[in-house]
Amino acid sequence: MELTKDEEKSLNGEHGEALQTAYRILSATGEATDAEKLVPIHWAHVSGVNYNTIGDAGEEFLATLSKNAKFRVRTTVNPMGYDKDSVEKFGLDENFIQKQESIRESYKRMGAIPTFSCIPYELYDMPGEGTQVAFAETNAAIYANSIGKLKTNKESAFSALASAITGKSPYSDLRKDDSPTMSIAMKVSDPNELTFGLLGYFAGKVADKSVAISGVKNLDKRCNKSLCASMGTSGSCGKFVLDDNSNASEKVDFDEKEMQKVYDELNTTESGDLITLGSPQLGLEEMNDLSSMLKGRAFKKRCLIFCPRAIQEQARHLGYAGQLESAGCELMSDCCTCLTPLVTKKDVDKVTTNSIKGAYYYKNSSGLDVNLKPLSKIIEDETS
Amino acid sequence: MTLKTIVRGKVTGKILKSSQPINFLGSIDKKTGEITDQKHDLFGKKIADSILIFPNGIGSSVGAYTIYSLKSNNVAPAAMACQKVDLTVASGCALANIPLFILSSDEYENMKDGDEISLG
Repeated sequence: MELTKDEEKSLNGEHGEALQTAYRILSATGEATDAEKLVPIHWAHVSGVNYNTIGDAGEEFLATLSKNAKFRVRTTVNPMGYDKDSVEKFGLDENFIQKQESIRESYKRMGAIPTFSCIPYELYDMPGEGTQVAFAETNAAIYANSIGKLKTNKESAFSALASAITGKSPYSDLRKDDSPTMSIAMKVSDPNELTFGLLGYFAGKVADKSVAISGVKNLDKRCNKSLCASMGTSGSCGKFVLDDNSNASEKVDFDEKEMQKVYDELNTTESGDLITLGSPQLGLEEMNDLSSMLKGRAFKKRCLIFCPRAIQEQARHLGYAGQLESAGCELMSDCCTCLTPLVTKKDVDKVTTNSIKGAYYYKNSSGLDVNLKPLSKIIEDETS
Repeated sequence: MTLKTIVRGKVTGKILKSSQPINFLGSIDKKTGEITDQKHDLFGKKIADSILIFPNGIGSSVGAYTIYSLKSNNVAPAAMACQKVDLTVASGCALANIPLFILSSDEYENMKDGDEISLG
């Protein structure tokens, strides 16, 4: 990768340690993806905020980095480990809270906007088509490329952080207009958001950088988000296009049999002790939709709903939050269904969710059993 | 060998080879360096001080922090080599200063689990 004279100086440490670290990261990611240069980006979304996932080493790294580093572009941040408003209900230990607060402070010092959300694309208007951004958080990167018509690499926590500090990112494949080399034919009839989650998980496994999907028209937001999140979980694919006439050289089918295979890999039980909704976090439209679906009904079990703080406040103003709470839901902000210390083996063995991404991390990281169902079925089975 | 170098460094060590991609966030204990994903072919193995060879990284962008944590906890591989290097592995190794190389498919095939090898 070619660097400008100024970028070279930064890499050699002439502009301070923080920029040197950032350029060292960008040089490696640029080389790894055969990028020929760095390009300016206009928005960074950074992951690596939850103490549960980044640990002591991550917390210390950010505390040191934030003494000198400043973000040069708009930088939004991923969820952290808990919701400050309800943290006392979950019995987290002091160490966790102290380390999480340190991480929050470090990002604030560097100039991050305290969104604590994995759906930055629902918090801000999307910039113009083709705008270069740098999104870590795989569901957000795939959403930006596939639905938002933006350009981003499937950034890592560190590459997005480096882009926030430098305002630049490698000009790698996903930023260019290459067409997908694989096309997946959707053969499952009557699909819901869980079906699209299963499709995404399958696609992530078989596809390379980007993939075409045929036989699918006009997905609603819930299905789109489910597809993006599960695709990001299982593979390295960073973009999909809905295209019935793709000239991709490789073609595969996603039929009932393939769908069942993915379902059997992730679904381990037929019912849960707890229901969680919101991986990715729910946006305003989904909160509205859910409150209508729950009209006159109430959950028979504990149900946690995850949404960004900014969305919860709007939902409260518009009345949806109150309706959801009347139906027995607990609203949680600033954190996420997966990898939060709020849903662990200590309190629960089996979780019901409609999220494939949630299922993957419950199963593999938290060691919980998972019951996968579409939202309509969750409401049918779990409310009265 | 004409390896493409992503993160520089000279190392000698024993190959720990996987035929499956690795999601660093979901499947490795960052304190012990042990693979915890029961479906993974390296399940139960410790990656510390090995030359870790695998096809590619997958999944969460936060896996980069896991790689950095493995190094801070002294349980990181001595080096990694993949057929396809994703941004998570590249940036994690860059920050943790773990030598990282890209292998051609022939080179990947020729690497045998348990063999002693020098890279870089």
